Amino acid sequence: MKKNNHPTKTNPLNVKELIEKGKKTRKVSQKLEKIIPFILLSITAVSVLTTLGIILTLLTETIHFFNIIPIWDFLTGTVLKPLNKVPEYGVLPLISGTVISSVIAMIVAAPIGLMTAIYLSEYASEKVSLVVKPILEVLAGIPSIVYGFFAFTFVTPLLREFIPGLEAANILSPGIVMGIMIIPMIASLSEDAMSSVPDIMREGALALGSTKLEVTKRVVIPAALSGIIASFVLGISRALGETMIVTIASGSTKNFSFDVTQSMQTMTAYIVEVTSGDAASGSTIYYSLYAVAMILFIFTLLMNVIARYVSRKFREEY
Amino acid sequence: MSTLTAKRLNIETKLSDDLSKGLRPVEKVKKMIYETNQLHIWYGETHAIKGIDLPVYEKEVVAIIGPSGCGKSTYLKTLNRMVELVPDVRISGKVAYNGKSIFDESYDVEELRLRVGMVFQKPNPFPKSIYENVAYGPRIHGIRNKGVLDEIVEQSLRKAYIWDEVKDRLDTSAYSLSGGQQQRLCIARCLAIEPEVILMDEPTSALDPKSTFKIEELIRELKETYSIIIVTHNMQQAARISDKTAFFLDGELIEYNETNNIFNNPSDSRTEDYILGRFG
Ligand SMILES: Nc1ncnc2c1ncn2[C@@H]1O[C@H](COP(=O)(O)OP(=O)(O)OP(=O)(O)O)[C@@H](O)[C@H]1O
Ligand SMILES: [Mg+2]
Repeated sequence: MKKNNHPTKTNPLNVKELIEKGKKTRKVSQKLEKIIPFILLSITAVSVLTTLGIILTLLTETIHFFNIIPIWDFLTGTVLKPLNKVPEYGVLPLISGTVISSVIAMIVAAPIGLMTAIYLSEYASEKVSLVVKPILEVLAGIPSIVYGFFAFTFVTPLLREFIPGLEAANILSPGIVMGIMIIPMIASLSEDAMSSVPDIMREGALALGSTKLEVTKRVVIPAALSGIIASFVLGISRALGETMIVTIASGSTKNFSFDVTQSMQTMTAYIVEVTSGDAASGSTIYYSLYAVAMILFIFTLLMNVIARYVSRKFREEY
Repeated sequence: MSTLTAKRLNIETKLSDDLSKGLRPVEKVKKMIYETNQLHIWYGETHAIKGIDLPVYEKEVVAIIGPSGCGKSTYLKTLNRMVELVPDVRISGKVAYNGKSIFDESYDVEELRLRVGMVFQKPNPFPKSIYENVAYGPRIHGIRNKGVLDEIVEQSLRKAYIWDEVKDRLDTSAYSLSGGQQQRLCIARCLAIEPEVILMDEPTSALDPKSTFKIEELIRELKETYSIIIVTHNMQQAARISDKTAFFLDGELIEYNETNNIFNNPSDSRTEDYILGRFG
């Protein structure tokens, strides 16, 4: 037997000695180890403190607004006319615009995103997914202003062919386009969740005589449910916060209505409108920005809480 | 009349003779359930199975032994066509189940897998409750009645000798069980659709001696009703539980015979070397 790999007498390999030599440099790194948590903590503190700062500002300015406009009037008012001689500040028109556009977006994005994820993770061959995934990524990388433009100049005219009563500015078209924008996010997050279900579980189900669809429906999706739902919730958050598409394609009518063929304004679009006009600092309309932003913040926070709760509740351990 | 049929008749007359005398029949005529002829399998360029012929009869335990990489799992996965899940696999030759070639265009794979259960090397329960794991098979094959399902779940868990350990927590996750319990749960899951054959790929390799013992007991029990084909690296296990043993080496079937013969009187020197641990 050859013993080439073993040290010979002329070339002794003394691991202990080498470790002893390395001890000096190790001392330094051990000391470093002690301060590293503090360094990392202070870096983390930057983002935490920034968040706190933003919330604090929002809160103080919002409270200021509620000193002028009673909170109850704001939350239940169905009329939003900040520029009237006798201005009215009801937030419900903006909430209806925001919720309706997000619902439309999810009606489009959830099924298409999930189907895409199912196709990519369960059915597509390696070759196909190598082509499709980059396309999805490109779709995800398109700036939202381009989508807004697309909604206004392409989707709305197209929809008007089928829905005669559709106004030039309406909430339906930007809702649909927001959905299209969110599809890649839902598809890729759900696909991640589904691909991480171990193959051995699929095999177990197939070996019991399941078809591929049954395996997907009864094993893969339940096992990946928390990830899938999290992707939906993130999609909703994204839709709630989306600004450009609705600003461009939905006009600025502050209607409290449920008619999707009409123009509606979302909270984000309202903020754009007011900030791009000349709202004097300290005016009521200026403070209303903060109140609206606060509501938007609460909405997305709520989504995050729901996402956490849901993904814990539906987690299937494996 | 061929000599074979003559022999057959002979046995049958002998049988009825025995029966008429009120004795137990000395030799039963067993039905061949699996027939393999000149089976070749390639994974891309790897020639994993090189022309295997192997008949399996009903109510028998067949052990497949052989060194790592010799194609045992590949052969087992061929019998329920799970091998087709591997992207560039090529198959030639014939495998017939109950006389029908399973690679025929018209052959119903789901039907085959309904009849031929499989237990994997690593326990792979679904991330569902214990109950749902066992009820999965019956459910997908159309059984919805809660009472019937309850009955099936209990019976299957009893047959797999795990009922007493789990009866009070059927609603908890299957992953709260130990490895050995999970494996018995997987066996119960497999029994729930009442297969005719059970394929087992090193079912006890991840288990402690006690769980292994329980599963071997179970196999002995199941043999009364099912045919079992089991891959194992454990010679004692093969000797303890099987009626016949097949020795695979490098994709070929070297020897296939009564387990007794294989272990006490192998006809090929390579079989003897392997059993005695001289290689592999
Ligand atoms: N999915 C696969 N793709 C490519 N080659 C494979 C695949 N699975 C198995 N092989 C090859 O086929 C041959 C037989 O493998 P197989 O898994 O059947 O061996 P085995 O006898 O079960 O081994 P072990 O005792 O280690 O489980 C090996 O050379 C292996 O590398
Ligand atoms: Mg194997």
